[in-house]
Amino acid sequence: MIAILVLLVLVVIIAGWVVGIYNGLVRLRNQSENAWSQIDVQLRRRHDLIPNLVETVKGYAGHEKETLENVIKARARAVEASGVENQARAEMDLTGALGRLMLVVEQYPDLKANQNFLNLQEELTSTENRIGYSRQAYNDSVMQYNTRTQSFPSNIIAGMFQFIRREFFEIKDSAAREVPKVQF
Amino acid sequence: MWEAIRGNIRRSRLLIGLMGAILVGQGALIGLWLVGPEGGLVGALGAVVLWLVMLAIVFLAGEQVVLFSAGARQITKQDAPRLWNCVEEMTIASGLGKMPRVYVIDGFQKNAFATGRKPENACVAVTSGLIRTLNRDELQGVIAHEIGHIRNLDIRFLTLASVTVGAIVLLSDMTRRSLWLGGGRRRSYKGGGQAQMAILAVTLLVGILAPICARIIYLACSRKREYLADASAARFTRFPEGLASALEKISLTTGAAVQAGVPRTLAPMFIVNPLQARLGSQGMFSTHPSTRERVRILRAMGGNAGWVDYERAFRRVVGKGKACIDSVTIESEKSVTARLPTAEPEPRQEALGRAREVGDLLDRMVHLLLIPCPCGVRIKVPQGLKRDSIPCPRCGRDHEVPKARSSAAGESAPGTGPLRYRRRSEGWESFRCACGRTLQLSPGLRVNSITCRKCRRTIELTAA
Repeated sequence: MIAILVLLVLVVIIAGWVVGIYNGLVRLRNQSENAWSQIDVQLRRRHDLIPNLVETVKGYAGHEKETLENVIKARARAVEASGVENQARAEMDLTGALGRLMLVVEQYPDLKANQNFLNLQEELTSTENRIGYSRQAYNDSVMQYNTRTQSFPSNIIAGMFQFIRREFFEIKDSAAREVPKVQF
Repeated sequence: MWEAIRGNIRRSRLLIGLMGAILVGQGALIGLWLVGPEGGLVGALGAVVLWLVMLAIVFLAGEQVVLFSAGARQITKQDAPRLWNCVEEMTIASGLGKMPRVYVIDGFQKNAFATGRKPENACVAVTSGLIRTLNRDELQGVIAHEIGHIRNLDIRFLTLASVTVGAIVLLSDMTRRSLWLGGGRRRSYKGGGQAQMAILAVTLLVGILAPICARIIYLACSRKREYLADASAARFTRFPEGLASALEKISLTTGAAVQAGVPRTLAPMFIVNPLQARLGSQGMFSTHPSTRERVRILRAMGGNAGWVDYERAFRRVVGKGKACIDSVTIESEKSVTARLPTAEPEPRQEALGRAREVGDLLDRMVHLLLIPCPCGVRIKVPQGLKRDSIPCPRCGRDHEVPKARSSAAGESAPGTGPLRYRRRSEGWESFRCACGRTLQLSPGLRVNSITCRKCRRTIELTAA
């Protein structure tokens, strides 16, 4: 009788422990998935900003056609791109095109004094920052998740319930790995 | 990454438990003394009820009371886009589920704080003076520090702990007051006189010591939390220098005179204690570590921004103890490289530079002596200063006031004979003549000697 009771208690304790670890793993996995979707949200935010920016710049610097068109094209490519690798490359191109546009803008003091443009500029800076920070947050959460799936004793539970390692967000080209920065 | 706060939570529970024990013990003692042996339990229960009531009031009234007494008003994105964006960016970087509400306190002071019961309904409040003076990276550092407080559950701890300390103080007050009035039924109580005297003595002793102990525990912990929030900020922004220079800017104007509007009870919540006198001060009763030390730790991180790097820098600067970061985190993490500063929008910088130039020109016209300090500050030496050296108000370096010296070794009578001055640079320069008059040298000056306008002595100039 006592033996059964002791066994029962042991089983309950172990079950509770397993549930705890399992829940922890699920939480971490959700956290990293959430962080991943956050990157997407921010990239889309940048896409949404660009038409407005282009319109504003056109009003003051209409004859910088080539630069403006480059930005529009790069945006279109980025919107259509699929797959992590392709998307990362397209976004990188977009960052470059935006950088060149901002360089051109330097020559138009009237545009730089325009309140609407200043607001857009702030939004763009912030969006670039957000893209960088959401990547950073994703990588941080992946690292935490991976560490948990690999270290004892949670690796046993992770193996049993198929918690697979996640990949870091890394762009092969070293230039794009830094937080993209638009120089104003 | 949030293992970093596991130790924090454990420590908080321990501390709150400890304070709770003090509180309950105190209640029991008062019960024993007032009612008799059977009163111990009643007293303990009474203390718990008091604590619960106070807690309920604080939690129901919530952060609104704090925000109201600080004079904060909630803003939307249109009111301060840069601030709003910084908060959103840091929300993303910290992985906080929901963006905190943003408040602004109007006024010239420079400070910020976070409050709220839990991370989901937290608030960040920033003074408008701060928004005006900080650049983007600095503002981001400050916001990251506040979000660090939210993420590390410091705001909840601070609320709980301050309620507990408050209850202990209240009980002690009651004890002392009832003693004063001759207290309770102790004369009618027929017990051993000696035992009663002992209880009385202990009650009195606890009544005096408990609030002090509770407060010291609370403050020591609150200081540790500032370090942890600094480390979090460095990690979120990947840019420790932003927070470091923001702290410097904030502490330059803190001190009683400037921050007069801040209620005393709110002081521990701010990023830099508004009531603490100056950069260096820190004692057993201060709520914040000294700002100078915090800045030095952040700058000692050497181009890195991880938990490990903060811990290392902390050891190097403070020399002892730990920065409150969980050891599991430290072991499992590598150091993280910091990013580069954000390029500031040009126009503001240009305007500032021009304003500064004009200011300098005016200063020269009224014979102010300017000494450039390597930390970026231009020290203005007033005309009548008697001392030969002046400390930099920002970094504390001592600067010798440049002065023309007598060229002849053995001068017969002071106030006569030629003087000599060795130039330090090719640009604008000012120095003091032996008579005390400040002389200016312009960048275009090519002569070998000038005459002091006051004492008419010749001063020989040698090139740098």
